[in-house]
Amino acid sequence: MIGVIFKRLLVAIPSLIGVVIVTFLLTRALPGDPAAYFAGPAATKEAVEQIRSQLGLDKPLPEQFVRYVADLAQGNLGSSLTTGQPVAAEIRARLPASAELTLLGLIVAVVIAVPLGILAATKPNSLIDHACRVVSTAGVSLPVFFTGLILVYVFYYLLGWSPPPLGRLDVFSSPPPPLTGFYLIDSLLAGQGGTFLAALNQLILPALTLAIFSLAPIARMTRASMLAVLSSDFVRTARASGLSPYTVTVTYAFRNAMLPVVTTLGMVFSFLLGANVLVEKVFAWPGIGSFAVEALIASDFAPVQGFVLTMAVMYVALNLLIDILYTLIDPRVRIEA
Amino acid sequence: MSNLALPKPAASNTGLGAALRHARYILSDNAVTGFAFGLFVLIVLAALIGPYIVPYDPLASDTSVALKPPSWAHWFGTDQLGRDVFSRVIVATRLDFFIAIASVALVFLMGGLAGVAAGFFGGWTDRIVGRIADTIMAFPLFVLAMGIVAALGNTVENIILATAIVNFPLYARVARSEANIRRDAGFVQAARLSGNGEMRILLAQVLPNIMPIMMVQMSLTMGYAILNAAGLSFIGLGVRPPTAEWGIMVAEGAAFMVSGEWWIAFFPGIALMIAVFCFNLLGDGMRDIVDPQRRT
Amino acid sequence: MTEVVPLLDVQDLTVEFQTRRGVVRAVQHVNIMIGKGETLAIVGESGSGKSVTSYAVMRILDRAGRIAEGAVHFTGLDIRDASEDQMRSLRGREMSMIFQNPRAALNPIRKVGLQIEDVLSQHAQADGAALTDKAIEILDQVRIARPRERYHAYPFELSGGMCQRVVIALALACRPQLLIADEPTTGLDVTTQKTVMDLIVELTRERGMSTVLITHDLGLAATYCDRVVVMEKGHVVETAQSRAIFIAPEHPYTRKLMRATPRPGMALRDLLPEDVPAPVPQTPVTNGAVYDTPLLVVEKLVKEYPRKGISEGLGKLFRRGPSPEPEVFRAVDGISFTVNRGESVGLVGESGCGKSTTSTMVMRLIDKTDGTIMFDGENIGDIPAREFATLPLRKRIQMVFQDPTDSLNPRFTAVRAIADPILRLGTVKGRDAVRARCEELAHQVGLPLEFLDRFPHQLSGGQKARVGIARAIALNPDLVILDEPTAALDVSVQAVVLNLLQDLKESLGMSYLFVSHDLNVVQLLCDRVIVMRAGQIVEQGPTEQVLVAPQADYTRDLLAAIPHPTFDQSGH
Repeated sequence: MIGVIFKRLLVAIPSLIGVVIVTFLLTRALPGDPAAYFAGPAATKEAVEQIRSQLGLDKPLPEQFVRYVADLAQGNLGSSLTTGQPVAAEIRARLPASAELTLLGLIVAVVIAVPLGILAATKPNSLIDHACRVVSTAGVSLPVFFTGLILVYVFYYLLGWSPPPLGRLDVFSSPPPPLTGFYLIDSLLAGQGGTFLAALNQLILPALTLAIFSLAPIARMTRASMLAVLSSDFVRTARASGLSPYTVTVTYAFRNAMLPVVTTLGMVFSFLLGANVLVEKVFAWPGIGSFAVEALIASDFAPVQGFVLTMAVMYVALNLLIDILYTLIDPRVRIEA
Repeated sequence: MSNLALPKPAASNTGLGAALRHARYILSDNAVTGFAFGLFVLIVLAALIGPYIVPYDPLASDTSVALKPPSWAHWFGTDQLGRDVFSRVIVATRLDFFIAIASVALVFLMGGLAGVAAGFFGGWTDRIVGRIADTIMAFPLFVLAMGIVAALGNTVENIILATAIVNFPLYARVARSEANIRRDAGFVQAARLSGNGEMRILLAQVLPNIMPIMMVQMSLTMGYAILNAAGLSFIGLGVRPPTAEWGIMVAEGAAFMVSGEWWIAFFPGIALMIAVFCFNLLGDGMRDIVDPQRRT
Repeated sequence: MTEVVPLLDVQDLTVEFQTRRGVVRAVQHVNIMIGKGETLAIVGESGSGKSVTSYAVMRILDRAGRIAEGAVHFTGLDIRDASEDQMRSLRGREMSMIFQNPRAALNPIRKVGLQIEDVLSQHAQADGAALTDKAIEILDQVRIARPRERYHAYPFELSGGMCQRVVIALALACRPQLLIADEPTTGLDVTTQKTVMDLIVELTRERGMSTVLITHDLGLAATYCDRVVVMEKGHVVETAQSRAIFIAPEHPYTRKLMRATPRPGMALRDLLPEDVPAPVPQTPVTNGAVYDTPLLVVEKLVKEYPRKGISEGLGKLFRRGPSPEPEVFRAVDGISFTVNRGESVGLVGESGCGKSTTSTMVMRLIDKTDGTIMFDGENIGDIPAREFATLPLRKRIQMVFQDPTDSLNPRFTAVRAIADPILRLGTVKGRDAVRARCEELAHQVGLPLEFLDRFPHQLSGGQKARVGIARAIALNPDLVILDEPTAALDVSVQAVVLNLLQDLKESLGMSYLFVSHDLNVVQLLCDRVIVMRAGQIVEQGPTEQVLVAPQADYTRDLLAAIPHPTFDQSGH
């Protein structure tokens, strides 16, 4: 089994290489003058030339690539024009905010979508089945930033239940002692109940937005997969053997149905990481998505590059985890002679 | 002779009459698909003749009537520059629809053909197409689109290109899988025995079988394309103000949403939703027709 | 007949299905009775309703189906009225079922031992540690070697025959009174088929169980069952003792079915119903003809596959136990044979023996690894498969495929499919001329002209088979390779198609290479027979010699495995 996991690791390496090459091309092989991009729109001619030699943009491409990779290996992602800070440091500081939001959104989505899909499949043409199909189709059609805005309008402006969408905490609370960077966990660990509630309060709407967005593909896939499995030969055998509905649905159907859903998670993560950017803008969330968006507006190029690279690397790692998880739960893949 | 009890088709099996009859039968069976198709026709109409029939000039600003809620004069209200939201929403249909169609056409040409070739011929074609698709798939797709548009510049052409690139792997995968299944199917072997060369088999025999499924994908991709473009515009990449485009309009109206002027962002958002919903329903309906086993 | 209350009593059963086209009655007014310890066969072709009847008995009908009329009583219990809880306690414990396609019938990600334990614990047959012991014991009873090890196996690690044994184990675990076997051996090799059927009969007899065997094969039914029920289109047409059905069937449909079932000692014409004329104009059958001009000469033909991926899986199926892993897998291991002009040669063997690979190589659809293939003096083996398609030689070797549905382009009408070789390689030009030629071919294969403009999904199995044959003979080939051409057809349709093939061969002067696993069919159609196993030729020679007095042990085993009913004085 270790061998199989090792093989999966090997497969991830070409992906990483591809990511590095593509981000390199995106930033160096631009139409126009890369140095001007990095120097910023307000730079003088001398500043542009200075940037050019500083970043080695006057060297031939292969040499630039080597330097690029070397920089990456040292964790150097360049510096931000607007803040003057190294991009890598900014990203490291802001990553937990994005991660907390995305994970919470995903968990809520899974907790709702999977049971919904299962129920829809086990009770075809019932109310819940129609509800599931409507949710799936509508959820996929809703622009995630629009959902966020509607939620803000209804729950903050109209009903007043939610706090103003201004970030991770309200003005009165201060962050808990940083351990994981996740406010929810850190505040609990430090025993700060008030901070915990404040952080949760701010998290609800953006996490809900992300959840609604990722609900649809998960519910759809769960339902389709469950339907397929429930009409399979081996479920027929299980029924013909008189096994209880619970055993048939859970031990026989569900476990098999979950396999394609796990594979779908990779695609869901792709959507989520993209949606993250949009949600962070709507809710002024201080994560890496809004970092990149602010940099874009200011024509500050290095953060955008660092952002794309970081997201891609995280995504490769996530896919690897999903792959390994799949290997662990499907014996057909695990037992490779 | 056994089994002569099959229903005889009333008229010929081929030709326009048969196609129309078939379409009517399908649509009557699937009310939802029919509805989606009707909606689709409406959207196309809005795109084609919208700019000629809207009450106000979408770019004309009149600050004296800024931020007015929906009324008889302005059905969707006015935005912060006094522009009529309704007119802007209708006119934006053309741009968004154009972006969607162009992206889908491009990705169909690139991804569809590459995928079919990869699935049918295998070997190096398959390996290269697979590598390209995998490299693109290594990125979260929206993030990659952001990167591409940021690198190449804020234009509509680049949005179309970025959307096409980002949807390439999905297309190529579907096309490849469909071609691969049929590569050694009985009728393909029989075609070889009948003296057909490989290329001819691919174009004349396999492609017609794949087209329905590709059409389904195209409809679904239209939805993604619009969302993608709107998302990019929302964060400031792509379409620039004062152009009327749904994503930009939502972005401009976002700040006002928090302070209660909901209509500026709401109507373009709803328009987005309706359009994407329509394409998804259409795609699902077509999928039901084409492959009843995959009914969602 | 001595039991007062029959074990299973089906009276006037009618089953309906809700479909998009309205209500369909799959089973109508069916009466079946089975006593304790009896073996009953339900025989019918596709669409006869035989499976639906058994699903109704077990109440595992599809959601769209329901018992509309009639009654089903199991040991006196009213099945129609019973609650779902009651049914669940009956299923697996008092009555159980085994299905076709055994590997698909098992949970792919659950160990087989655990699956048996699930059934045992559901019906409270054991608990705790005793569960595992009992499961292993049951695996042993179905003759699975090394049961303790195999307990931990997943279905994909077992062969088809072993999977079927596990399915039987599941069905018999709680010692039910009734076993329903729905086509349990379809898709299995004939030798595996015999072992599985013998096992079922032995185990059920041992336990005093009643068995219902659902099958399309009359021979199988008569060999293994006391009584036979014949169904056609949802109705029971005849019920009688096996002996009576086999020797003196009464109902016309049973007679037709009986005649159509290939058996040793029959002639091809005997397959057809008595009152139906031959499908095509009769040509004098040349008996005792001598074929001595070689048309196809194959020498030391080899096909190797690298042992990776799919081939690896195939390799697992053949191996009996662990063995050293050579780098390549030899699907065809150096075989030599000849097909003479006008001859019909049968190529038989079980699945995986290499017969299909051989025929595909001869067809020039795949390339050989080594050896020579000479056709009418020309070395066609050396021409790469890719180039062969457009050569004039292509016309002379054609093929009729096994699956008539798969071999027709779903988007081509029948006439377009038949016209394809004519358009590409033929000499006939012009739309009308091509159409005329297609109509001529349709007439030759007995396909009514109005079907020419239909799509495959609008044609029956037999009609599709005819389209495939018309296409194959369109260019008057010298050699036609038939790859199990009737395997997917009902037995009555098979009878007609086989006769058609024979008549065409005679009238067009073609040679046949007939690939099949069904020795009875081969006997009817072929002058010579080649028996293959594991990529090698075991035996070859004239049909009467090989199939009546075989030299090789393997051929003897194959022949012995074919179900042949033997009736003694007691009626079975």
